[in-house]
Amino acid sequence: MKVSTMPLPVKEIFGYTGKTFLSLLDSLNTISVLINSVFYQTFISPLTGRPPRIRASIVEMVRTGYNSVPIVSLISFFVGVILALQAAYQLKKFGALIYVADLVGISLTRELGPILTAVLVSGRSGSAFAAEIGSMKAAEEIDALVTMGINPIRYLIVPKLIALMIMMPALTLIADFSGITGGTILASTMLGLSPGAYIEQTINSLAIQDIFTGLVKALAFGIVITLVGVYQGLRVEGGAEDVGKRTTAAVVASIILVIVFDLFFTILFFFFT
Amino acid sequence: MEKAIEVKGLVTHYGTREILKNVTFSIPRGMTTVILGGSGSGKSTLLRHIIGLLKPTKGNIFINERDITSLSEIEMIDVRKKMGVLFQGAALLNSLTVSDNVALPVTEHTKLQGSTIDIMVRMKLDLVGLSGSGGLYPSQLSGGMKKRAGIARAMALDPDLLFLDEPSAGLDPVTAAGLDELIVRLKKVFKITIVVVTHELPSIHIIADYAVMLNRGEIVFTGTMDELKMSDDPQIVSFLARRPPDDSLAPGDYLKTITGNS
Ligand SMILES: Nc1ncnc2c1ncn2[C@@H]1O[C@H](COP(=O)(O)OP(=O)(O)OP(=O)(O)O)[C@@H](O)[C@H]1O
Ligand SMILES: [Mg+2]
Repeated sequence: MKVSTMPLPVKEIFGYTGKTFLSLLDSLNTISVLINSVFYQTFISPLTGRPPRIRASIVEMVRTGYNSVPIVSLISFFVGVILALQAAYQLKKFGALIYVADLVGISLTRELGPILTAVLVSGRSGSAFAAEIGSMKAAEEIDALVTMGINPIRYLIVPKLIALMIMMPALTLIADFSGITGGTILASTMLGLSPGAYIEQTINSLAIQDIFTGLVKALAFGIVITLVGVYQGLRVEGGAEDVGKRTTAAVVASIILVIVFDLFFTILFFFFT
Repeated sequence: MEKAIEVKGLVTHYGTREILKNVTFSIPRGMTTVILGGSGSGKSTLLRHIIGLLKPTKGNIFINERDITSLSEIEMIDVRKKMGVLFQGAALLNSLTVSDNVALPVTEHTKLQGSTIDIMVRMKLDLVGLSGSGGLYPSQLSGGMKKRAGIARAMALDPDLLFLDEPSAGLDPVTAAGLDELIVRLKKVFKITIVVVTHELPSIHIIADYAVMLNRGEIVFTGTMDELKMSDDPQIVSFLARRPPDDSLAPGDYLKTITGNS
């Protein structure tokens, strides 16, 4: 028998790299198949006379969107207050306190509104998607759908995607609004600015494209959160403990991906608007 | 004997591990066939291939003369509408009531009106002895009731093939006997082909007309129940007598196993 002459550690490094690479290729393949069929079922299939499940989409909208309104408005209200305080701390040195309104308005609509909303929705709905799909996978419910001739992507995932594609921009608008309200209240109580002047300054400083770019981001984040949650849920193999692991992984991965996409969009908008 | 299902040269793998090794057999129409075999012999794997959840490495599976290994997912839908499956854990959708679970295949595949579907659902629930439990959620059902609800859902579109994965596993003997009786009644009333994966000797004797036995991924027997009982193959004899098989290794093989030299 011919004995390999390669030293063991070297062999292990090659083996490890190869294995990692292969499993990475494997998951990339799974992800692209998933993305492909989710988009097919959402956008192409309705054209061939299979409309999406409207009622299920509305249920998901209530769950992911309507029920998130309190937390999203609360958090962004406080972030608005904090932002205004930080801005005032710098701007009062120049006697330019009124520009607090510009800073709060622009950072909220372009950046913080979508990001805050996305992080909150990842935590609430991304994890819920992973847990729901994961426990259905573990209980063979997904297999049961397939054997009934029901496409699980159309039945389960499309309503979630539709819901987040609508609700993420809507929640972002709410976040923008309540953040600016927070800024206004702080400015008129502690900075001695009149609310009327503050709001006027905000409106004058915001261009429509500030709000629009924020909403485009929110839409993209909604797609990212849905796909990551669903992908992690579908990866569940064993039982309950795997569901827990995948749920955590879904939240972590979707927050990271949201930040990466945010960077990408911010660079894009920086050069093209 | 007319064939409902024909499996030819089926080879399957999980990863690189070969599970089914060139399996060939057929299942007769209008009878109840049991798939027997010890734990890990590949029964569930075989079932998952026959119902089209997994694609084989090699081989063909004909259901009503159509080779399902070469059908697309969309073409498979037609085949699937003609078959019902009861999973081992019943696999009812936990977010829907029992009635909505049974109605699901009907609402997805037909354009019937709500009131018609309601009547159909009530008939199916009555058939499996669950009339009155339609409004409950799966989490409120006992194990035996879940299995019955699963059978009602599998029968929702009046299939001509019914697959049951270990219907009586984990149930007390009385509940299990009730399910056996239901299976016998389904075959009598609807004249459908039923395929049951099971270990339970008492239920095999009640429900089965035909048997397929697997051992370590290979077919060791196919034939009628009478042929099975008359067989003198030691594996079959020990299975039917509930005796542990004579698995002891020759001394040389044993040495190889523990030293890892094969
Ligand atoms: N998803 C999987 N991934 C890898 N290996 C698997 C998987 N499912 C089953 N196996 C392996 O395939 C073999 C056959 O399993 P299968 O579930 O078909 O057996 P079975 O006859 O149904 O056993 P049981 O009666 O215990 O349910 C087993 O050795 C098992 O370890
Ligand atoms: Mg099994």
